[in-house]
Amino acid sequence: MKYLNGLLVIIFLFSGHCLSAKTISVCSSCKIKSIKEGIKVADEFDTLLIKKGTYKEFNILIDKPLTLLGDKFPVIDGEDQGEIIRITSDNVTIDGLFIINVGTSYTSDYAAIRVVKSENFLIQNVVLEKLFFGIYLEKSNNGKVYHNKIIGDAVDEYNSGNGIQLWYSKNVEVDRNIVQGVRDGIYLEFSDNITINNNISTNNLRYGLHFMFSDDDTYTNNTFENNGAGVAVMFSKRIKMIGNTFKKNWGTAAFGMLLKEINDAEISGNTFEENTIGINIEGSNRINYKNNNFIKNGWAIKVLGACYTNTFTKNNFLYNSFDISYNSKLNDNVFDQNYWSNYTGYDLDKNGIGDVPYRPVKLFSYIVNRTPETIVLLRSLFMDIIDFSEKVSPVFTPDNLLDANPLMKRTK
Amino acid sequence: MLKILKYSFYDLMRSRWSYVYFLFYLALGFVLLFLNNDVSKAVITLMNVIIVLVPLIGTIFGVMYYYDSKEFTELLLAQPIKRSSIFLGQYLGVACSLTLSLVLGLGIPFLLYGLFRSDVIFDFSLLLVTGAFLTLIFTAIAFNIALSNENKIKGFGYAVLAWLFLAVVYDGLFLMSLIIFEEYPLDSFSLAATMLNPIDLSRTLILLKLDISALLGYTGAVFKQFFGTNTGLIISILMLLLWTILPISRLAYKAKRKDF
Repeated sequence: MKYLNGLLVIIFLFSGHCLSAKTISVCSSCKIKSIKEGIKVADEFDTLLIKKGTYKEFNILIDKPLTLLGDKFPVIDGEDQGEIIRITSDNVTIDGLFIINVGTSYTSDYAAIRVVKSENFLIQNVVLEKLFFGIYLEKSNNGKVYHNKIIGDAVDEYNSGNGIQLWYSKNVEVDRNIVQGVRDGIYLEFSDNITINNNISTNNLRYGLHFMFSDDDTYTNNTFENNGAGVAVMFSKRIKMIGNTFKKNWGTAAFGMLLKEINDAEISGNTFEENTIGINIEGSNRINYKNNNFIKNGWAIKVLGACYTNTFTKNNFLYNSFDISYNSKLNDNVFDQNYWSNYTGYDLDKNGIGDVPYRPVKLFSYIVNRTPETIVLLRSLFMDIIDFSEKVSPVFTPDNLLDANPLMKRTK
Repeated sequence: MLKILKYSFYDLMRSRWSYVYFLFYLALGFVLLFLNNDVSKAVITLMNVIIVLVPLIGTIFGVMYYYDSKEFTELLLAQPIKRSSIFLGQYLGVACSLTLSLVLGLGIPFLLYGLFRSDVIFDFSLLLVTGAFLTLIFTAIAFNIALSNENKIKGFGYAVLAWLFLAVVYDGLFLMSLIIFEEYPLDSFSLAATMLNPIDLSRTLILLKLDISALLGYTGAVFKQFFGTNTGLIISILMLLLWTILPISRLAYKAKRKDF
């Protein structure tokens, strides 16, 4: 064994020259002055060390397994000409670049970094500014998008792109990115088994995070603030949404979370704070809402119809203008053991559960649904009186819509 | 005028009712904070109390004081004092002592519970300002009613009716008209209708702080302009000022011409 080991070491030493990856430096005073030139001379599994400086290049095609490593954030300036980096090979790593001025087009989606039909890619520590699309993954699986910063300056929805877009991609990890000022912060279409963690998506025109036809995805501990709407989850199955924060999504069509045609999802431990509508639910079935905090929203939950067998347990509803709004008289959803700050009942047997059921739907929310201008009468004494009479004998609200075991103290 | 104001003010300060009023707010503040232990929730509850109770107490107190001190007023009228200063002095005496009770009664418990350390200090001061405005407005309305009615019972009746109308009935009519005319664009109308009732006006002012996220849910440029910017706050405060000035000037005008 000992000899064999020694032999192996000798073989590796000799063959090391051609087997191990070279590092090729790119800078304005080096032998290789542009990134394209660097890629041309590099062999597979080489590392391109791009030194600090400005490189005016676009349509950079990476067609072999390479590592592009930026030293002190070199700038790649696309000069609004078009796409900047396109990856068509497996095992490509891009690290530490500063990419600006991606071209805008109405016919093709120019991206700062586009990955096409490739596997095992890693894009990290990249800063993108003045972009159309940021990082665009197209039919690419098993990769990682980590710790990037995307700062757009989008003004209109029709001529802006998305920060991170996944299209027909599977098993991708999107972690610790900061995305702001684009159309959709993170956009998923036909992408399954994606994990999206610890991202911060703010000030985007449309959605902070947007799912379309994507199943079995998980997103946890993300923050969505001041977007057109925080997260839109549409036409997807088995999505897990855990521990996210949805904040200050204000406006006429602004939601913390928008659920449309979502089945079998899990929504737990999230915080919805100061949104016009915390969660807007449409045509979504068999969803578990657990341990969420709804704080100071206009509407904590707005149910628009065709929502069946959803369960809401152990949530905190704190100081919302309206807790729940329903537009039909039919109810098939279960509310149990939530804490409602508007609850006025008592607990005589001291088991922590109120002795009188709580009715979360107020008559006033019906009136506002019908005639929206009546919102100016919010918190008026007259409204309190008719809400009280509706509470005593429900006529307009579904009479089985109640929390039979409202908690006396908020859950942790 | 100042002398009469001072007299009325000290007279009320010595009377039991100011203390009762002050102690009521003190107790309310402490109980709310004791039960909630959350300053921001207590502010919401207080808002409900203030927009209903403050006008009621202002009205009743104003009418009561006017009828009570009628003999003294007649005595004063025999002296060479301007009429407007007699009545305005009395009015300001009542309004100031009520406002003082309100501000101190609510201010002390909130200060003790760490108002300055919480982020609701602006909401709370807005609440106190609205409360003060409501006191001024409704005491003035009460004085107007009392001045126009010699009969005590009638005067009381009208005063309570005025309160009931503005606090409850007005909103009912408002709601009905919104629902009946729901096919028409109503946002300008609803804002105008809010402006015409001091209680609604103060409610809106507080809503601007507490429920802004819900108010922005309505699609409408006028609403957006009003609630989304500082315009709403400025217009509401200007309207409240107007609401204070109007009854006071009517009071001065009527007092000059009244035959005692």
